[in-house]
Amino acid sequence: MSSPPGEPRKIGYLYILPALLVYGAFLLYPLGRAVHLSLFEWNGITLGKFVGLSNYADVVADAGLRAAFGHALVLIVFYSVLPVVIGLALASVLQRARVRGLGFFRTVVFLPQVVAMVVVAVSWRHIYAPDGPLNDVLRAVGLDSVARGWLGDYTFALPAVGVIGTWFETGLVTVLLLAGMARIPKERYEAARLDGAGAFAEFFAVVLPAVRGEIAVAVTLTVIAALRTFDLVYVTTSGGPGTSTSVPSYEVYHRAFELGQVGSAAAIGVCLTVLIFVITLGVNRLADRGTA
Amino acid sequence: MRAPLAERVGNYVLLIVFGLFALGPIVTILVAALGPDDGGSGSSGFGNFGKAWEIGHFGSYLRTSLAVSVSVVVVSVLLSVLSGYAFGTMRFRGAGVLFYLFLLGIMMPTEAIVVPLYFDLRSLGLTDTFWAIALPQVAQSVAFGTFWMRSYFRSSSRSLVEAARLDGAGPWRTLWQVLVPPARPALVTLIVLVFMWTWNEFLIPLVMVTSESLRTAPLGLAFFSGQYTSGFTLLAAGAVIVGTPVVLVYAFLQRHFIAGMLEGAVRE
Repeated sequence: MSSPPGEPRKIGYLYILPALLVYGAFLLYPLGRAVHLSLFEWNGITLGKFVGLSNYADVVADAGLRAAFGHALVLIVFYSVLPVVIGLALASVLQRARVRGLGFFRTVVFLPQVVAMVVVAVSWRHIYAPDGPLNDVLRAVGLDSVARGWLGDYTFALPAVGVIGTWFETGLVTVLLLAGMARIPKERYEAARLDGAGAFAEFFAVVLPAVRGEIAVAVTLTVIAALRTFDLVYVTTSGGPGTSTSVPSYEVYHRAFELGQVGSAAAIGVCLTVLIFVITLGVNRLADRGTA
Repeated sequence: MRAPLAERVGNYVLLIVFGLFALGPIVTILVAALGPDDGGSGSSGFGNFGKAWEIGHFGSYLRTSLAVSVSVVVVSVLLSVLSGYAFGTMRFRGAGVLFYLFLLGIMMPTEAIVVPLYFDLRSLGLTDTFWAIALPQVAQSVAFGTFWMRSYFRSSSRSLVEAARLDGAGPWRTLWQVLVPPARPALVTLIVLVFMWTWNEFLIPLVMVTSESLRTAPLGLAFFSGQYTSGFTLLAAGAVIVGTPVVLVYAFLQRHFIAGMLEGAVRE
């Protein structure tokens, strides 16, 4: 980091102080307390019992928790991999074509990002309902056997939640990639075309390397969103049927406030934090190495 | 060079298909909210909103959400301007380390802090209060806001600061009279983002609040959707009521939303 501009000024501390106080009291201190609580077995009421790292061992050993992290991995495919693949295809086609109405398209596909997740969940729960619009369409085209209560189905509930993630992340990723592709100098396309590159070769030789940074940002944002799926699961499935859609974020809430396993909940929260740090730093480092 | 007709048509088909996919669930809920009530209240059209407002107590939820959002926006933007100014234009020992400390806060998931916060605030008798909903969100927004305003102040003209100093302006006057006025676009972006995050926040009010008068709009909607089971129309109307304020702001200031959420994500 280069040194910031300006002269040395002790008064800087005074300007930072109010922000630091609130931040310290309501984020940093609680994070420390989360680490502390995670070392105890505590039901939230009586005296806790020190258990060392056993709450962390449970993250690996406890079948329910392992499953929850497994479900998060499945969600990453829907929240991150699919939107990046779709977004890359969509953005590169639209960028090449220079179609009209792209500004309006951007506004529309970005819209799901600003709607409260609870509203999104209410809408999709209706779409997936046994007598909802999705099943109406399936029955109308003669696929009666496929119609079902999607969110109540042991096999399909998790993918159904995942598709909601694909829905609201694809727009974000596409808009991000469109912005990145718009910055590619025209000459590079022309050079590729002079070399006789077709659309596909051009994509891999020119477009993909140029938007590495944007892909890294997209992956970081969407993976974190997948790991933090709480509102959506809480409103659509409450982790069910059975535990087929339980995810780490939901387990934090469920254990701390419904089961009285505060230490375990804190440990899951700490693991999520570490995971998010590692992913953020790791993905950005990978992208940096690629461009350097 | 014009693309062949088939390719152009194909591109527009692609635009329309994905546009419809993005709008589909939103239109579904709008259409349902405006149709005849399937719950048998006899209302329809815009009357559904009145009915939902009444049955679902959305007036109270919106009031709480508005109070929380405005407070969080005002306080966190103010604190972020101050700290961003210091990090962006002054040099002092430990500035780098302190700044990285704030960066941590951008990545910190609410899930990790909400558990200890609840139990600590409970022992202070502060759960189920306005403060329990607002202050943690001020802290989260200050983390992002500090980062955001620092980048702005760093890129803003150093000659402006120098000129103000030569005119004899102290750091306080330099900030408010020289640097803040041209910072309006950056401030608007920060304000709309913090407003959206606070309005849409669900986990913190869910954990912190038990009394109905303190329920925020998304929380109220979640409860309504759990309790009101006689149909979808009024639930849809309630969802539209809860979602509309942010969507309205988005309609007018969408550039700020898109720029903020994309650039804010691109950390150094």
